[in-house]
Amino acid sequence: MTAPSVLPPPPRPPHDELELLLRLGDDRLVLGHRLSEWCGHAPILEEDIALANVSLDLLGQATMFLRRAGEVEGKDRDEDALAYWREAVEFRNCLLVEQPNGDFAFTIARQFLFDVYAVVTLDAMSRSANAELAAIAAKSLKEAKYHVRHSGEWILKLGDGTDESHRRVQRALDELWRFTPELFAPDDVAARLAAQGVGPDLPTLRGQWESLVRDVVERATLTLPHEASHTPHLHGGRKGMHSEHLGHLLAEMQIVARSHPGAKW
Amino acid sequence: MVIDSPAPVPTREAVLEILDTVKDPEVPVLSVRELGIVRDVDVDPAGAVTVTVTPTYSGCPAIDVIEHDILAALAAAGVTQARVQTAYAPAWTTDWIGPDARAKLKAYGIAPPGPAETGGLVQLLRARRTPPCPYCDSRDTEIRSEFGPTACKSVCWCNSCRQPFEEFKAI
Repeated sequence: MTAPSVLPPPPRPPHDELELLLRLGDDRLVLGHRLSEWCGHAPILEEDIALANVSLDLLGQATMFLRRAGEVEGKDRDEDALAYWREAVEFRNCLLVEQPNGDFAFTIARQFLFDVYAVVTLDAMSRSANAELAAIAAKSLKEAKYHVRHSGEWILKLGDGTDESHRRVQRALDELWRFTPELFAPDDVAARLAAQGVGPDLPTLRGQWESLVRDVVERATLTLPHEASHTPHLHGGRKGMHSEHLGHLLAEMQIVARSHPGAKW
Repeated sequence: MVIDSPAPVPTREAVLEILDTVKDPEVPVLSVRELGIVRDVDVDPAGAVTVTVTPTYSGCPAIDVIEHDILAALAAAGVTQARVQTAYAPAWTTDWIGPDARAKLKAYGIAPPGPAETGGLVQLLRARRTPPCPYCDSRDTEIRSEFGPTACKSVCWCNSCRQPFEEFKAI
């Protein structure tokens, strides 16, 4: 038996792969939960079903990423433990996905910006040097491609629709634009993973993302917001510094699991 | 008196035949093999069976039921040493659904999937062909919603026989 150490444990080196898996999983878990809030409230039945379908896909993808996160963490936490038993400061999702649904145009604009981000990053990660990550990314990419077809077509319909729908979706894009620099902001974790060929090289993907977004937005007779005119850019999600909205979302998402630990149904 | 006799070691072919009887819970006209969900079967020398499956859609709620049904079918056939493992790569594609299975889908009233899409990351305009009606074979159809009652199906409408029908989405 070893004597208890009187020294504090050495600081753990940052676990880059774990961080990346949490970012990928949490983006999808939080956005999937947001979309589920539309269930029973969407403007038409087909759209209600569509948003619930996309939500389910995102939760499925979150399950794959978070299950893998639990494996590489090695603390015996599965995807449910990571979803239900972490606090807001431990979540690594971007701020974009935690923003409240707003009106339908706001939800669609948020979804479109994320869906394009998802296809460009998943496409890059499907060639990752990390085989497990590449497999999950390739699987998720198939789904993300029809998600973006759905949200993109709505951008066209709303932008090139009535004055009211045009005004609302343009306002949504303007409000959401300040959350988009965070998606591609390089930090140490992302830079190291990109250098190893494991994670996506975010700064170089930004151009591809913006040109895909611009193509649809302009076809929809909408205007891409100017970056400089929409400051301050909001950051912090990847480090656990979230807007007030995430705590409320988690309270609702986690209450059943926390009230009845270990319950099965 | 009790005589312990080891259970006979099942052959791989026998296991595959058992899996032919396990239907997809949401498309009960097709077996899990016909859908391409079963990727591999391994029987070790001691008779332990490992069935490797791949999910259709990552959020498909049927995957747990499928795993349960596979183990139940094997157990009913006397194969008790069995487990199911999941593999994500290669990602499931509707291209794995063979001609016989496509005919069964059509007879069941579900338009079979077209070829899986390749190409650009953002493909918006529906250059995408509409599926022929599984009831009257008309090509005068439209897609009402790419999202149907299950993750794997979209909802279509036939302008000729004026009936709604489902299409198995190509992915």
